[in-house]
Amino acid sequence: MKTITAILLVITPLWVQASGVVQLDRVKVDVFDKASLYRGAKTYVQYCLGCHSLKHMRYSRLAADLEVDDERVKKELMYVGEKIHDSMQIAMPQDAAANWFGIKTPDLSLIARSRGADWLYSYLRGFYLDEARPFGVNNRVFKDVAMPNALWELQGHRKAIFKTENGQEVITRLKIVKRGSMNSKDFDATVTDLVNFLVYVGEPSQLVRLKMGKWVILYLIIFWIVAYRLKKEYWKAVH
Amino acid sequence: MGKKTDTILDWGNQRFPVTKVWDEHLAKYYAPKNFNFWWYFGSLSMLVLVLQIVTGIWLTMYYKPDAKMAFDSVEFIMRDVNWGWLIRYLHSTGASAFFIVVYLHMFRGLIYGSFKKPRELVWILGMFIFFCLMAEAFMGYLLPWGQMSFWGAQVIISLFSAIPYFGEDLTLWIRGDYVIADATLNRFFAFHVIAVPLAIVLLVFLHIVALHQVGSNNPDGIDIKKLKDHWTEVPLDGIPFHPFYSVKDLVGVAVFMIVFSIILFYMPDMGGYFLEHANFIPADPLQTPEHIAPVWYFTPYYAMLRAVPDKLGGVIVMGASIFVLFILPWLDRSKVKSIRYRGILTKGAVTTFVISFLVLGYLGTQPATPIAVTFARIFTCLYFAFFLLMPVYSKLDKTKPVPDRLTESSPMRVCPAIPCKFASALWQKFSTLSVYSKLKLIVDQVKAVLCKLDEFLFECYKTIAKVVKKQ
Repeated sequence: MKTITAILLVITPLWVQASGVVQLDRVKVDVFDKASLYRGAKTYVQYCLGCHSLKHMRYSRLAADLEVDDERVKKELMYVGEKIHDSMQIAMPQDAAANWFGIKTPDLSLIARSRGADWLYSYLRGFYLDEARPFGVNNRVFKDVAMPNALWELQGHRKAIFKTENGQEVITRLKIVKRGSMNSKDFDATVTDLVNFLVYVGEPSQLVRLKMGKWVILYLIIFWIVAYRLKKEYWKAVH
Repeated sequence: MGKKTDTILDWGNQRFPVTKVWDEHLAKYYAPKNFNFWWYFGSLSMLVLVLQIVTGIWLTMYYKPDAKMAFDSVEFIMRDVNWGWLIRYLHSTGASAFFIVVYLHMFRGLIYGSFKKPRELVWILGMFIFFCLMAEAFMGYLLPWGQMSFWGAQVIISLFSAIPYFGEDLTLWIRGDYVIADATLNRFFAFHVIAVPLAIVLLVFLHIVALHQVGSNNPDGIDIKKLKDHWTEVPLDGIPFHPFYSVKDLVGVAVFMIVFSIILFYMPDMGGYFLEHANFIPADPLQTPEHIAPVWYFTPYYAMLRAVPDKLGGVIVMGASIFVLFILPWLDRSKVKSIRYRGILTKGAVTTFVISFLVLGYLGTQPATPIAVTFARIFTCLYFAFFLLMPVYSKLDKTKPVPDRLTESSPMRVCPAIPCKFASALWQKFSTLSVYSKLKLIVDQVKAVLCKLDEFLFECYKTIAKVVKKQ
């Protein structure tokens, strides 16, 4: 009986209309822009790696893919004596995280694949002041998220301007109330680099995959021409 | 060189029917000469089957069927195994490609009447392959142990609990636990890599043996074995499969691989249809995803399942939507096989069926809003109407007379190919002249006399052969 109830609970959301969808900001990322990826990596290590591991990403792979030598990666990205072939783990115990934030801090190796670049971009720029929340901030695209605004030093503080639509409060825009160390243009660029980095981390092999595709297809086109000529030659006997 | 191969071949032939099998199934297997586009998908299904088996073997070398390690082992393959990403994407894209080619292959059978007598068994064996393929895909989808793997399996397996009396026990027995868990993952792995592939390979073998017993159908739905050259016993409209169709299928393979590679290299997740976004989050039994949708190839049946408000009813409808395909050979009462010689009723019904299948497929990917459910109900009814009304409309339908010989595969070849415009104009003028028709008459008469002579000679040959045999 319990399983039936559980399953019904699972199926129920399917019968309910998905709740209001938040409009996402569009971001253009380029995983072949190695400088952007490296800037993103630096931002990640500085502001995110305290809580969120990238357990599927090795420092050595990062260095090789981003064409940065190991020494520089050791100096600029590795602070606590990891080895170059280690993956990007965090020191914070997950039980402690559950205690502090009410939730285990998720690993972000595949976050770009599950959420998409646009969502990450909108989310990272979507924090606004909200007294009701434990960390004093809420998020436009992820309501009541348990995460503080890790980039507030750069972004500053913003508050949400609401309007009422069909009896529901909707955020129209976010307004700056305290400036951060960056202006909004630089901040957007930093977030773009960070998102770009996460898109790369989601699938490092895409650097090879995207480059290789055209050669494979070119080869197959040649094969197709040969096969087609061969067929024509044989089929002369039929027609 | 030639002598040496002959010796080896002889050695083999004394111990195994090498030449006999080669001849029966390739070099002297006579296929109709007018196969069109739709006839590529049989050999392509075979290609994808081999691809899935080969890439699957390599994946099992690194994959760990353990609830704690499965998800990470897939990422290990994607990142740390040399070319692991390629093998994994070949396998995941191959799964979707398998359904695309098999659906097109089945549709071919449907519109050209390949399921009709004498090919009922070919069709039924094919349906068993399709059924196994669905089981194979469903179990394989659990293995990456992502959120959709877990919750998709949870929803589908729970359907068995709708069966009265022993449903609850049955689900427990299938899962090996109260929820989808490590035990489920391990048994699904066993089925996915051993049991079901073995069954599929065996069924494919039987499918081909049965096909070669009755011979291939063709776009005209004509039995080419009716008209044979009486000297050689070769069907007049048949050509040996090898080399004609082996080289032709090679062209199909090339085109298929180009399309396949474009997807593989540039959009392996196909915008969330081939690899769902939520499946990049590890399975979490405590957190239900907002929207559970099966992979695209199951969505038509999923839409039918959701269209019925009662759980058991939904399961029955979903099961029936597959079962009804098995009895297709006995639903069709038409005199002719091919859609080419059928009337407006059948053509309309097939169009309705295709639209219903596609719309249901789309609805299955969407959240079940009241409007979506209403549409799903309408198209579920249309889907079943196609099959259940078939005995009526296929009988009532006006059919066109079926010719004895195959129509040309390419209509351009009917008139002689004349490259020069002037010459072509001349030819047209000439063909209207009375001289031409007189000439043609003479040629036809000579032809007829030769045919008579040929038949006479053959009769003589038969008589002599009989006498010789008696002595």
